[in-house]
Amino acid sequence: MGRLTEGRQGNPYPPHWVNWLLNRFSPVGLEDELQGDLLEMHTYWVKTVGPSRARWRYTLAVLRLIRPFTSSINKQSHNYSEHSTWQPAMIRNYLKIAWRNLLRYKAFSAINIVGLATGMAVAMLIGLWIYDELSFDRQPKESDHIAQVWQIVQFDGQKAAYNVASIPLAQELRSHYPDFDRLALATAEREAVLATGENRFTQTGRFVESDFLPMMSVRMRTGPIKNLTDVNTIVLSQSLSTKLFGSEDPLNHLVRLDNKVSLRVTGVYQDFPINSSFNTIHYLAPWPLFLRIDQGAKSARDNWDENSYQVFAQVKEGASLAQASAKIKDIRMKQENPPPYKPEFFLHPMTQWHLYSNFDNGVNTGGLIQVVWLFSLIGGFVLLLACINFMNLSTARSQQRAKEVGLRKVVGSLRGQLITQFLGETLLLTSLAFVVALGLVQLSLPFFNQLADKQITILWFNPYFWAIGVGFSLITGLIAASYPALYLSSFQPISVLKGSFSAGQQSSLPRKALVVFQFTVSVTLIIGTCIVLRQIDYAKNRPTGYSRQGLLEIPMRTPALMGHFDALRTDLLATGAIQEMAISNMSVTADKTGVTNVSWPGKSPDLHPLFMTNQVSHQFGRTIGWRVSAGRDFSTAFSRDSLAVVVNQSALKLMGLKDPLHSMIHWNGRDLPIVGIINDMIKDSPFGHVQPTLFVLYDASAGVLTLRLTPTMAISDALTKIAGIFQQYDPSTPFAYKFVDEEYRKKFSTEERIGKLATLFASLAIFISCLGMFGLASFMAEQRRKEIGIRKVLGATVLTLWALLAKDFVGLVLLGCVLASPIAWYFLHEWLQSYTYRTQISGWVFVLSGVGALSISMLTVSYQSIKAALMNPVNALKND
Amino acid sequence: MKRGFLGELEEVVLLTVAALQEGAYCASITQTIDQQMGRSISFPTVHTALQRLEEKGFVASQMGGATAERGGRQKRLFSVTAAGHRVLIESRQVRAQLWAQIPTPIQQLWGA
Repeated sequence: MGRLTEGRQGNPYPPHWVNWLLNRFSPVGLEDELQGDLLEMHTYWVKTVGPSRARWRYTLAVLRLIRPFTSSINKQSHNYSEHSTWQPAMIRNYLKIAWRNLLRYKAFSAINIVGLATGMAVAMLIGLWIYDELSFDRQPKESDHIAQVWQIVQFDGQKAAYNVASIPLAQELRSHYPDFDRLALATAEREAVLATGENRFTQTGRFVESDFLPMMSVRMRTGPIKNLTDVNTIVLSQSLSTKLFGSEDPLNHLVRLDNKVSLRVTGVYQDFPINSSFNTIHYLAPWPLFLRIDQGAKSARDNWDENSYQVFAQVKEGASLAQASAKIKDIRMKQENPPPYKPEFFLHPMTQWHLYSNFDNGVNTGGLIQVVWLFSLIGGFVLLLACINFMNLSTARSQQRAKEVGLRKVVGSLRGQLITQFLGETLLLTSLAFVVALGLVQLSLPFFNQLADKQITILWFNPYFWAIGVGFSLITGLIAASYPALYLSSFQPISVLKGSFSAGQQSSLPRKALVVFQFTVSVTLIIGTCIVLRQIDYAKNRPTGYSRQGLLEIPMRTPALMGHFDALRTDLLATGAIQEMAISNMSVTADKTGVTNVSWPGKSPDLHPLFMTNQVSHQFGRTIGWRVSAGRDFSTAFSRDSLAVVVNQSALKLMGLKDPLHSMIHWNGRDLPIVGIINDMIKDSPFGHVQPTLFVLYDASAGVLTLRLTPTMAISDALTKIAGIFQQYDPSTPFAYKFVDEEYRKKFSTEERIGKLATLFASLAIFISCLGMFGLASFMAEQRRKEIGIRKVLGATVLTLWALLAKDFVGLVLLGCVLASPIAWYFLHEWLQSYTYRTQISGWVFVLSGVGALSISMLTVSYQSIKAALMNPVNALKND
Repeated sequence: MKRGFLGELEEVVLLTVAALQEGAYCASITQTIDQQMGRSISFPTVHTALQRLEEKGFVASQMGGATAERGGRQKRLFSVTAAGHRVLIESRQVRAQLWAQIPTPIQQLWGA
């Protein structure tokens, strides 16, 4: 490259091309000193490190100094080049013009900004919601190494997955499977009464093994993290500790649990965050205590098939959950006398608990993740609608500025400047919309949080949020501006200024396509919402098999109530507040205890179906009002009823007995005669099958009291009376009750939430679409002012003019409806498949949605067309 | 002009400007640092540091005499401003304070 040596004294000279670079590109005003300095440096380098490295360093130094943005000392003193797009005067002018345009077409600008802002706000809300859903259960440090042990069991060919395991299984995992770092047995969430002095609260919590705390990275406020080894201890959540002890330090104070044992508080932990599966856990009690105080736990200790507990595991660093999961699959089948339901164990990763919790026939079928997908799709589409609107209106509007473009060109604007101007103007609008959207989101968050049952906040400090928001505004702006910027700037000034310019057919075609697309999306959303709402209604109207009104449930936890059922009942009946009262093992709104060891005459030996069971007192049927379809209810008149069974219709159908009322079923080593058959009652999901169920008489294990209130007495009066009696029998427990119809309503909460959100989004979608159409209609009316004027002069009526303007849109909306129907049908058909008890998709939903969309859009358009048709033709024509 | 903190490199450059007095310009500063600190420092780095120091108001510059060894081109000569003096003294005080807090036996142990 450069010459190696030059100069008399054998002093090497720096390479020529580098000097040329330095000359050409060195920062303005610094050429002289830099060249001098570098020359000196070169001499110095030749002396110290030799000519070749000197050349190298010289080149590097020059390259680094000439980078285009090297700040120069005298930068401020330099003049702008003569033809800069960035002349402050020009920028001021652009801003002024943009501002004037904004103000002159107030309605237009408002529609444009509000429409885009609404779309952005919806997308933001949905984005925040999705962010919240995806952040579930990520709090533990090793959350991707943590899993819960589940099992897939087979009943009668059908597979079902449960998140329970047995105590020996945990021991086995601990002793024979080295993959696990930590392992913790835990009970399911359970309610307990925690009391200190006069303060008593019913709270949910768990009994856990001590590994649970470090595994879940429970954050201790006070107390060590390894503190659940002592039997009589407990750790409390911060909120519960405040409720019980106020601001006092709770450490080493005593708390009474279910009025059975006194426990020493050894720690307080920060409440689990709302986006944790443990967010309702307010106390953690030691596992050894559970083994000591729980009746069932004693027998469960060595019983492999007492699957009532939960096991959480953390695999070692480097081990994979999938491999560990494969290893434990047959852990039960390898033991002695494997059960007929052939359990296969697996690890359900913590990161999937929340979003992937549905299992169908033993295969994970997703769960909430589908809703996440659905909503991201909806959010994306609503945003797209808003963008399309924005582009549509911007391009439509831009034609009015053709003259401005012509004039600017005549005065000497370059094309580049015009492009910059239009881009800048649109970006200004999108940034405005972004700010408005942020405001809208902030305002609507409380409402949205209530609807979605969340505690979402705007991620003010999350760089990704800003990057996405700003990036999105930029992209929308760029796309929306590209058409006017590129198209308008290409006009021949002479044709524009002469007035012979008109936007041709080709420019309205894409706009029409966009309107069709908008209405396809909106109508799809409307149809979807209708069907979701109908499905909810359908399930709500499903007969429950008992009467929920005025039914009250009271859990019995403490020993005080256990032995006194009859006395309690007599006292309560005496107050007149209740009509009847019963005790049962399980709540009428839950379906949790199942058995497979039932047999009956004619049963094939390899069939092991799952029967749900409930133990009830004699009054149970009368209390809840179940309907006996054959035989009779339990009765005190028959002493042998203690060995009788009442079955529901589903159980009858499953067993296929010819003469059920004279048959016996065999269960737990006993033959039980069927005395009655009741209509199916919905206890579990109102969207699923009713499980075959057996009812037997109660034999005194912990349970639930069910009370039927006297309908003629005011509920508040009745409750006061009932509470009084309960306080007499069990003064240590706060009186807590649940209304059965409320519990039942909760079964719909997921679907209702989806329904409400879908309604919200569909209305916003149609709102945005109509906003866009409103703008377009007014634009078209404006464009055809003169035509309308002449038509009016020639005798056209308002009606014909209205039809003239409206017919353009009718076709587009209708086309949108036609396109939307198959799409909506396909998606909703898929969605409905996930429900066993589902409504039919009927044709009138489509027709009604189409008619609805059409009439709303007609209303929108009519306003503009009638306004245009009523105009005085003189005003339109007097200019020419 | 914004006044900021003094970075470590900036401090070295500023000290060198002060040490060289009249003869402080970019090349001489680079060479001095190179020789005296035994630390290889690139010319553009010093150049940038000087610009930054000037922006912060710790040095001032003026164009100075040309010499033959630089092809007859002018130099930009730097001198430390009052603010520069202040910041240098401050930084020395901070260091002295911290040194004083190290117990004497330990300093002796280090041979300091």
